[in-house]
Amino acid sequence: MRQIAFYGKGGIGKSTTSQNTLAAMAEKGQRIMIVGCDPKADSTRLMLHSKAQTTILHLAAERGAVEDLELDEVLLTGYRGVKCVESGGPEPGVGCAGRGIITAINFLEEEGAYEDLDFVSYDVLGDVVCGGFAMPIREGKAQEIYIVVSGEMMAMYAANNIARGVLKYAHSGGVRLGGLICNSRNTDREIELIEALAAKLNTQMLHFVPRDNVVQHAELRRMTVNEYAPNSNQAQEYAQLADKIINNKNLTIPTPISMDELEELLIEFGILDGDEEYQKALEADKLATAAV
Amino acid sequence: MTDNLDNTIPTPCGAEGLDPIKDHFDLFHTDTYQDLFEYKRQFEGAHSPEKVAEIAEWTKSWDYREKNFAREALTINPAKACQPLGALFVAAGFEETLPYSHGSQGCVAYFRSHLTRNYKEPFQAVSSSMTEDAAVFGGLSNLKQGLENAYTLYKPKMIALCTTCMAEVIGDDLGAFITTSKNEGHIPEDFPVPYAHTPSFVGSHITGYDNMLKGILTTLTKNEKAETTNGKFNFNLGFDPYIGNIRELKRILNLFGIDYTILSDNSDAFDSPNTGEFKMYNGLTTLAETADSINAEGTFFFQKYTTPKTQDYITKEWGQKTYNFRPFGIKATDEFLMALSAITGKPIPLELQQERGRAVDALTDSQAWIHGKKIALYGDPDHVLGLIQFLLEMGAEPTHIVVTNTNDDFEAEARELLTNSPYGQNGTVWGGKDLWHLRSLMFTEPVDLLIGNSYGKYLWRDTHTPLVRIGYPIFDRHHMHRYATLGYQGAINQFNWIINTILDELDRKTIIPAKTDISFDLIR
Repeated sequence: MRQIAFYGKGGIGKSTTSQNTLAAMAEKGQRIMIVGCDPKADSTRLMLHSKAQTTILHLAAERGAVEDLELDEVLLTGYRGVKCVESGGPEPGVGCAGRGIITAINFLEEEGAYEDLDFVSYDVLGDVVCGGFAMPIREGKAQEIYIVVSGEMMAMYAANNIARGVLKYAHSGGVRLGGLICNSRNTDREIELIEALAAKLNTQMLHFVPRDNVVQHAELRRMTVNEYAPNSNQAQEYAQLADKIINNKNLTIPTPISMDELEELLIEFGILDGDEEYQKALEADKLATAAV
Repeated sequence: MTDNLDNTIPTPCGAEGLDPIKDHFDLFHTDTYQDLFEYKRQFEGAHSPEKVAEIAEWTKSWDYREKNFAREALTINPAKACQPLGALFVAAGFEETLPYSHGSQGCVAYFRSHLTRNYKEPFQAVSSSMTEDAAVFGGLSNLKQGLENAYTLYKPKMIALCTTCMAEVIGDDLGAFITTSKNEGHIPEDFPVPYAHTPSFVGSHITGYDNMLKGILTTLTKNEKAETTNGKFNFNLGFDPYIGNIRELKRILNLFGIDYTILSDNSDAFDSPNTGEFKMYNGLTTLAETADSINAEGTFFFQKYTTPKTQDYITKEWGQKTYNFRPFGIKATDEFLMALSAITGKPIPLELQQERGRAVDALTDSQAWIHGKKIALYGDPDHVLGLIQFLLEMGAEPTHIVVTNTNDDFEAEARELLTNSPYGQNGTVWGGKDLWHLRSLMFTEPVDLLIGNSYGKYLWRDTHTPLVRIGYPIFDRHHMHRYATLGYQGAINQFNWIINTILDELDRKTIIPAKTDISFDLIR
């Protein structure tokens, strides 16, 4: 059994990309379980064709203790037999979502959810902001991390941060970076930029997922592209990505870069202007302010 | 030489005219304090004594009981403690092992004092001394420093590490932290640091006991599995506060001539001899024995519900047979000894057979006093099961049984035990309830006797039900932990405590001359 995890900046399309890819992997005969580690509980929506399944923590809060739960109450079977479970978490602004993830994953382990599977996939919200969100990459959990990224600066910044999180656990546990998945935002020179970033991080750009409206169309219908438009080009893209993950042998310890290096990279690709340009812009601002 | 004619004791400087120093039992009864209390009432917004009495009376009613049992979000006096207590308790039984609590100072201070107050013995454990910065940035640097300091200062052979709520909420990864500490040279690579995640907001002290025991066994038995067994048997008593039980078990095993390893023999850790020299480590189970325990013929457990994870681990990972017994009372001790004899092929020693005869004799001597008596009791699942079994044997009627750290299997087992005895028909198992629930039960459906730990004294005060102190913790009576409750000797001890509490109460109830003392008999 391989355990993988999808990380990436909030809103980058982790849940969409992961579900579409996992659906394609399931089509190839892989037995899969998705563990949603996001209080929003939308990591399994496309698989189950419904918004927000019953989450572990929601039920635990209702019953009073997580011990009172049965596995089959929270572990549902979705599209192509993919097992789906959501950790859930507190309302925005209260409690501790990180602890929620720890509780939920412990529950799954104790209840023996990790049996008869080829892949367990964790879908983790945003950045590795605290110990709880690092739970999926602790020893004995996900060994392969896939970072969903795009050519936007903040997405790359987040990717670099996640690589730092992976590095922290790489030497004590066995976690490795599996690669970057570029979920295209149609920014300038996106492929080259992400490939350059991947090289700096000592990893690979596993796949470039082009932007295609069919994904949105499928999502509106609470489906993966694999189900909604199996013959579309986009379905082929996800199938390719699925193959690449199944056959991925290029697992590395990442070499995260400094903020300066990241900015240099962006300047190199013309996303950010260099210091000279920056000074000029500052001067122009000053003049404008003085004139007023 | 001059004669000293003045025989008066000099008055201490500055204390002229004062009475001898009073302790707080007497001090607050003096006029000074009584006047002060009366004067303060005007600022306290307190209700009138009549109103207080009226409400106190209402809390004894069925009406209040229903409201009390409808309680959802509040626990009052739970009959359990938190996970690390059990973790430190089991760790203390291993050779030169330093228990280490990864968290703030306050946590470890609580566990230490809790154990010290029960055993009246010093108890050593260290902490990571985590403060606010550790809560924000994670406890890694505290742990590295803590391990290095503890290793250098106290020179243990093993550090048994458990977490606290704070470390658990922030998600500290002990496995990774320990590896990092070793990689960076804070402690030697081969130094054993078993660990357990023990958040106190999950489970209870028995969960922590289980987690830590499993952690220690996992660490020490790694790569120790041999081709053949070592012919020994392992024994685990669970969270058993009676060190007398460990000694009694060892006596029984020695009488049998069975080669054994007690997994966590903390009898000396909580009862070390006073030789005039301080000895920091008193755990009696050696690390070598523990490592070899993987090669034993089998492992006996006396607390099934304290050790589910450890038993699962031993069965699956070691491929070793596990046995569950609760040798408390006559019947359960019989079962244990007969099984022990069958499994090891050794006959039951004559000495034990004679002890059985004496225990049965003792029971018949005083059985009339306990037969038909209604009992309320509380404690950990296995502890309570042992007691129920023993009470039923004596013809007592376990009535209210409160177990805060309950589970479904335990409740089913307890109900079966009660159903199968004519004396258990009116017994109810109240799982997940606390001592404030028990208070309502005891007021609305009174019983003759309460069995529990020191916290039961507040129920004794309120309901006037005589209390037999059996359990953990016992803070307000001394030396109870030195006795055995296990085996035939233990049965006599427990019986002694129970019967004589009943007789004491009888004397108290018949103490008014010519009124209640119609038969204030010398002989009972």
